[in-house]
Amino acid sequence: MEELANLFQGFATVLQPFNIMVMVIGILLGVIIGVLPGLGGANGVAILLPLTFSMPPTSAIIMLSCIYWGALFGGAITSILFNIPGEPWSVATTFDGHPMAQQGKAGEALTAAFTSSFVGALFAVIMITLVAPLVARFALQFGPAEKFGVYFLAFCSFIGMSKEPPFKTLVAMMLGFGLGSVGLDQMTGQLRLTFGFTELLTGFNFLIAVIGLFGIGEILLTMEEGLSFRGKSAKINLKVVFQTWAQLPRYWMTSLWSCVIGCWMGISPAGATPASFMSYGIARRMSKNGAKFGTGQIDGVIAPETAAHAAGTSALLPMLSLGVPGSPTAAVLLGGLLIWGLQPGPMLFVEQKEFVWGLIASMYVGNVVGLILVLTCVPFFAAILRIPFSIIAPVILVVCAIGAYTVNNSTFDVVMMLVFGVIGYVLKKCNYPLAPLVLAIVLGDKAEESFRQSLLGSQGSLAVFWSNGLVGTIMALGLIALFWSLLSTAWARVRAMATA
Amino acid sequence: MTDHSQTSGEGGPSYWSVEVGVALTTMAFGALILYGSLRVGIGWGIEGPRAGFFPFYISLMIVGASAINLAQVIAGGRSGKLFATWGQLRKVLSVVIPTTVYVAVIPFIGIYLSSMILIAVFMKWLGKYSWWLALLVGIGTPIVFYVLFEKWFLIPLPKGPIEDLLNL
Repeated sequence: MEELANLFQGFATVLQPFNIMVMVIGILLGVIIGVLPGLGGANGVAILLPLTFSMPPTSAIIMLSCIYWGALFGGAITSILFNIPGEPWSVATTFDGHPMAQQGKAGEALTAAFTSSFVGALFAVIMITLVAPLVARFALQFGPAEKFGVYFLAFCSFIGMSKEPPFKTLVAMMLGFGLGSVGLDQMTGQLRLTFGFTELLTGFNFLIAVIGLFGIGEILLTMEEGLSFRGKSAKINLKVVFQTWAQLPRYWMTSLWSCVIGCWMGISPAGATPASFMSYGIARRMSKNGAKFGTGQIDGVIAPETAAHAAGTSALLPMLSLGVPGSPTAAVLLGGLLIWGLQPGPMLFVEQKEFVWGLIASMYVGNVVGLILVLTCVPFFAAILRIPFSIIAPVILVVCAIGAYTVNNSTFDVVMMLVFGVIGYVLKKCNYPLAPLVLAIVLGDKAEESFRQSLLGSQGSLAVFWSNGLVGTIMALGLIALFWSLLSTAWARVRAMATA
Repeated sequence: MTDHSQTSGEGGPSYWSVEVGVALTTMAFGALILYGSLRVGIGWGIEGPRAGFFPFYISLMIVGASAINLAQVIAGGRSGKLFATWGQLRKVLSVVIPTTVYVAVIPFIGIYLSSMILIAVFMKWLGKYSWWLALLVGIGTPIVFYVLFEKWFLIPLPKGPIEDLLNL
């Protein structure tokens, strides 16, 4: 019950006029970021993070998390109207969303997409409200070994569950750790890996990496594909909205499944993109119209949108309660917490009640505000997409450069941003995943610290990671996640042999 | 995608060679970290694990995993798949080169003037817009950013001699 009181206090914080204003600005910016190619949730938040340095942390996190919700909503607009996924997680939405738009049912598809996004997010927020405090309370008992175990689990599930080849994921992740360890060593105060360059004393900032890898890299990819936008126009009026809403309850099973898949994939760092594909696949198998999927079925829009939004939202659960972000955007938000002087992890729930519950309350309010905004402003957002890429691209480049500069007021960072951009372009084309790289830069310090502290306690013996039931279980889960694909194929083979 | 590009033909760097190059580069990066961590010490000191302890194992994993990637690519053989056609790469370079110049001149002429030039040139060359529209967007956008950052958020951005002259 204490949580409920805290939550209501959170609502009181969120409903202050300044915070509401910040929320609306955040969502509008977020949708624009989600709609534009080259600006995604993660680097949009990274670029705007410096603007929040002077705000109170609660308002800052409300603004940044609302940018994230907005970006999640925005991805659907481009997918449905233009057949261009603004974000990777809205690729699955194009399969049925765009055919619907071609049949003149764009309004219906958009309403279904936005509403399912809302449902998915709401489901995830309720889950966070109920589960996060429990996880945090549990995690308070964690020592360094358990903390390292949690990082180990998070990174292992990246390798085991990503669709990229495992050794490429491993290389990308370890490159992130390598970059993260450049500069001052936190524990000994010694300089390392700087090779005499004074610019490297402070290490590589993950915000620069995010802006470069996701922002510049994405523009280069878009440029190569030579995009031209040919979109369907959208008219949403109240009649269409209500007609679509009347249809939606029929698909409650699809919604529920997608919510569950989304939450699960969001908490484990698999993320929104695989969640949306997976629930699209399951919806196709379960639906009566499964064979017609891909021709403009409304449940083909509901499933991926619900799952993507549920996953995107629930990615904040491990970030808040354990200090381990479930997605690149959550990682950027976590970086924001550190900059505002807050220590992410279970202690947040004890020391920063106002902040945590303000954030959780803002997820409820933000998604309601977001739903209303996107439903009413679709034509405006669609118009942004009609601005030719040769105007948008240089403006985005400038925005990225400003964002990179403001992180540390350093022009060297702008150079690094471009370097990361080219690296991101090549790595992405060669099928190396970028998310684990960014996560490793963010978490590198903390993972290393907990690793070395545990070894200090055990005089260097690795047995400390199996020394009690708790850490042993976490490490075992990590190993299972690491070898997940091997285990599941082996299991399928055993079953096939048993039935044969 | 670019089935009809005649001037550039269908040629381009093969996917295979780029993959090999990436694997070798990551391996070299791993070796660099290995060298750097050896320099600061990878063993135990009085204070516990030394500064190079953690990066050392990271570097071993980079080198090892890169070697496996390299072996897999080489074992897979050349497939004839292209990384990108020359025409596509030219488009990519048409962004990379102006941006490189842009980034290089920011410390000298400030971010506003260089942004104006970048946007205007980009629109004129790649977008084939008329000069007046290119100049309008090119000059207008940085002015909006100026008001937004310097006046509203009070965040100073790098400025050059022109801004000094104008006393901004």
